[in-house]
Amino acid sequence: MSSTPGTTEPKTPPVNRAGLSAKEYGGSKSTLCVGCGHDVITRQITQAIYEMSIPPHRIAKMSGIGCSSKTTAYFADRGHGFNAVHGRMPAVATGAMMVNSSLVSIGVSGDGDTASIGAGQFVHLLRRNVPMIYIVENNGVYGLTKGQFSATADAGSKLKTGVVNDLPAIDLCAMAIELGCGYVARSFSGDMKQLLGLLKGALAHRGTALLDVISPCVTFNNHDSSTKSYKWAKENEIPIHEIGFIPYYEEISVEYDPGTTQDVKLHDGSHIRLKKLREDYDATDKMKALMLCQESAQKQEFLTGLIYVEPTKKDFLELSGVGRTPIVTYPDERLRPPKQALDEIMESLK
Amino acid sequence: MSTAVLEEKRAEPAARPPVVNDFSIHVATANGSGSQSSNNILMRAIFQMGIPVSGKNLFPSNIQGLPTWFTIRASKDGFIARRRDVGVLICMNAETAHEDVKTVAPGAAVIYEESLKVEGLRDDVTFYPVPFQKLVLELVQDGKLRRLAINMIYVGVAVWLLGIDMAEIEKALAKQFKSKATAVEINMKAIRGGLEWAEKNLTKRDPFRLERMNATAGKIIIDGNAAAAIGCMMGGVQFLAWYPITPSSSLAESLIDYAGKYRIDPETGEPTISIVQAEDELAALGMVLGAAWAGARAMTTTSGPGISLMSEFTGLGYYTEVPAVIVDVQRVGPSTGLPTRTMQGDITSTYNLSHGDAKHILLLPGSVEECYEMAMDAFDLAERFQTPVFLMSDLDLGMNNWMADPFPYTDRKLDRGKVLRTKQEFDEHIAKFKEFGRYRDVDGDGIPYRTLPGFVDNPAAAYFTRGSGHTERGTYSERPEDYKNNMDRLSRKFETARQHVPKPAVETAKGTRVGIIAYGSSDFAVEEARAILTKKGFLTSYLRLRALPLTPETFAFVSAHDRVYVIDQNRDGQMYDVLRLEVAEPSKLRSIRHYDGFPLDAETVLEGIEAGEKK
Repeated sequence: MSSTPGTTEPKTPPVNRAGLSAKEYGGSKSTLCVGCGHDVITRQITQAIYEMSIPPHRIAKMSGIGCSSKTTAYFADRGHGFNAVHGRMPAVATGAMMVNSSLVSIGVSGDGDTASIGAGQFVHLLRRNVPMIYIVENNGVYGLTKGQFSATADAGSKLKTGVVNDLPAIDLCAMAIELGCGYVARSFSGDMKQLLGLLKGALAHRGTALLDVISPCVTFNNHDSSTKSYKWAKENEIPIHEIGFIPYYEEISVEYDPGTTQDVKLHDGSHIRLKKLREDYDATDKMKALMLCQESAQKQEFLTGLIYVEPTKKDFLELSGVGRTPIVTYPDERLRPPKQALDEIMESLK
Repeated sequence: MSTAVLEEKRAEPAARPPVVNDFSIHVATANGSGSQSSNNILMRAIFQMGIPVSGKNLFPSNIQGLPTWFTIRASKDGFIARRRDVGVLICMNAETAHEDVKTVAPGAAVIYEESLKVEGLRDDVTFYPVPFQKLVLELVQDGKLRRLAINMIYVGVAVWLLGIDMAEIEKALAKQFKSKATAVEINMKAIRGGLEWAEKNLTKRDPFRLERMNATAGKIIIDGNAAAAIGCMMGGVQFLAWYPITPSSSLAESLIDYAGKYRIDPETGEPTISIVQAEDELAALGMVLGAAWAGARAMTTTSGPGISLMSEFTGLGYYTEVPAVIVDVQRVGPSTGLPTRTMQGDITSTYNLSHGDAKHILLLPGSVEECYEMAMDAFDLAERFQTPVFLMSDLDLGMNNWMADPFPYTDRKLDRGKVLRTKQEFDEHIAKFKEFGRYRDVDGDGIPYRTLPGFVDNPAAAYFTRGSGHTERGTYSERPEDYKNNMDRLSRKFETARQHVPKPAVETAKGTRVGIIAYGSSDFAVEEARAILTKKGFLTSYLRLRALPLTPETFAFVSAHDRVYVIDQNRDGQMYDVLRLEVAEPSKLRSIRHYDGFPLDAETVLEGIEAGEKK
């Protein structure tokens, strides 16, 4: 290939297995505050769905109300999005998945949307194990209404106005483990590498995958006394392991020290490799996972990584007897029983 | 005081002409005592004798112990509304016995458990004391079954009293207990025991009698909830989310039963419907909207309190234009109200359910046949107009037993509305209209086109569904003109819907200046009242509303009459209010309101009209 002096070779962007470039997984321009942690998460979601070669038109982007819920417009605009009412995204996502299991449902919510107004629906989503990724962009504060405490704000944390929070925080991860969620992770919007690995693992998981991502609010909750600020998170973060994600189509390499890593096989055959930083931490042990949540809360440590995983758990569709054929794909003529069926019913009522 | 002495003292009504096939039987028991089977057998046997019949369960909000009544009305003329006066009382509940006896019509026949000692309460009714407690000890050996079997003994006594054909009782019993031979045997023994005891010990002194006729051949008996469930199933419902609430739960449960049998696809062997029992009514409607957004025919079923909770999601469905079918089996409100009693209580609140401006299509079934048909219509209308549609049934229609002709099968294709489901449909749309705008009115009828997630792999086919202000392309907008354009188009869409909702049923009587407007379960009582008025030489025209929004037929009907009586089963005259706002001459409207929790009866309608006409 020759090139004329003075011109540069047009660069073909790399494509994934679906033949699409990363750009084709993008969305519209963010309208959030400059420097918002949510935008960093959006970029990692975009990267993860690109790397996992998810067909973008199959992506269903679900959200509720709040700053975080706006972000589903900022990625994968070749997929449909549904911005539900405040705190009620789980119901809408459940309905959609029950009739079209071929969708890849990615829900983005906030701490207000999830832990306060939406606590009831969040609980039942986890209990049902609806197949979807549920990301909480957690900043401990209501941004859109200009800075009130949410239910994940730590006791003792202070608002810009000086108001101190007297109530204990809801630990979304501990709650999720308790309710039987099969993929529970916590991360920090500043840790892009870890977040990407966790997102890719979540995409390969069947059932609800919860990602509680601390995402500091640059406008209302990023002062030093806030436990959801960049400074606090950076200083107090304790990763439980390094995350490596190996898709099922890539061979698992053998160059690791068996004493410090743990591979967890996900339902589609891919693996999450956890390089242990803590002695004896086993992400498949429910009791240990719950204990770890309690301990880190007591120590005011900010624990990140894949806290609990149970890859073989049945999802809600399987539990409800929903078949493999997506219900929305049945042609109309197969939705109305034949005349004999009605005749039979009428005869039984005579 | 012995019965013999009483009989001497009492001025027995002089021999009266027989009352044949035209009275109601009222059975008073305690809730949870298992009287439902006995009452069904009694009703079915009368029905099988060819006599038009209806059954109403007037029950408490309680599982066991509180008083409950079952009314069976036999009507040779085919009137199946509630009848105010009771002809035959079967008095089994000590707690209400005195009150029950006091409220029957003069001349009534009262069968009662002899230990209740009600015989001294009236001297204008005929008493039949029966030692039910003693009889059951003799007839049933198994102590556990006695409480249930005692109800079968009163069936036997009623057989004697009214001349019911025992062969029909046997048939009804077999139907009730299907193939459970022991149950049939034990209950039959109790019925026969009651009959034989009555034959030996009682003398008939009242005029009530049942005689075989031929007015029910080929008919079915069904409640409105089961009828609506069959309609939903035949209408191709693909998703049901529901939260249990009286009086709507049996609709969901019927649908689950029927769909389990008839909606398994023969090719895949998998169900073509998925069902979720939601955590509350908010979630139920949220799931319905999610499923409908994904392309499924989706529904929920609820009652008034659920409707209140669904308000926010209904507004979202209206504004984002997602189809939904919501069945409201109305009960008495506000608040918990009388949860097991009937009311047309949610008309105005549902018509505009949501904050902001919203108006909805309400279907108003007036019979079990219409519960079936309108359930199918509701899905077509919801998808055609991409909006929540409400099927407004009520407890009387939904939970009580009604006689009807077998429902007709329809070959009519499902109307899925303007959906671009395939690549070809999408490409043709682009070729015709240049681009896809989710909320653009390209046809001038206010109805835009929609795409579904996961169907068409084309960047231009995806859109963002949002409850916030949006442009014709579905993008976020707070611009005044975008908001107004969208709201005006939604109004235009509603005007289009006005031309497609079920039209009212109109009967115009020549030469009368008086009209009646009613809807829903009021129809039975209104028809009976009109027949009585006609006999008296007073003709009325009648318009039965079958949907909101109102259609031109209703405006013409009001114009054509001087006085129009609007019948509502609520305190505030809710439909009267809707009409008053929309008709040209609201001063012609008169309001008749019935709101005590019991189903409407003909007398209430009659009294209302006669009082109005005297003025």
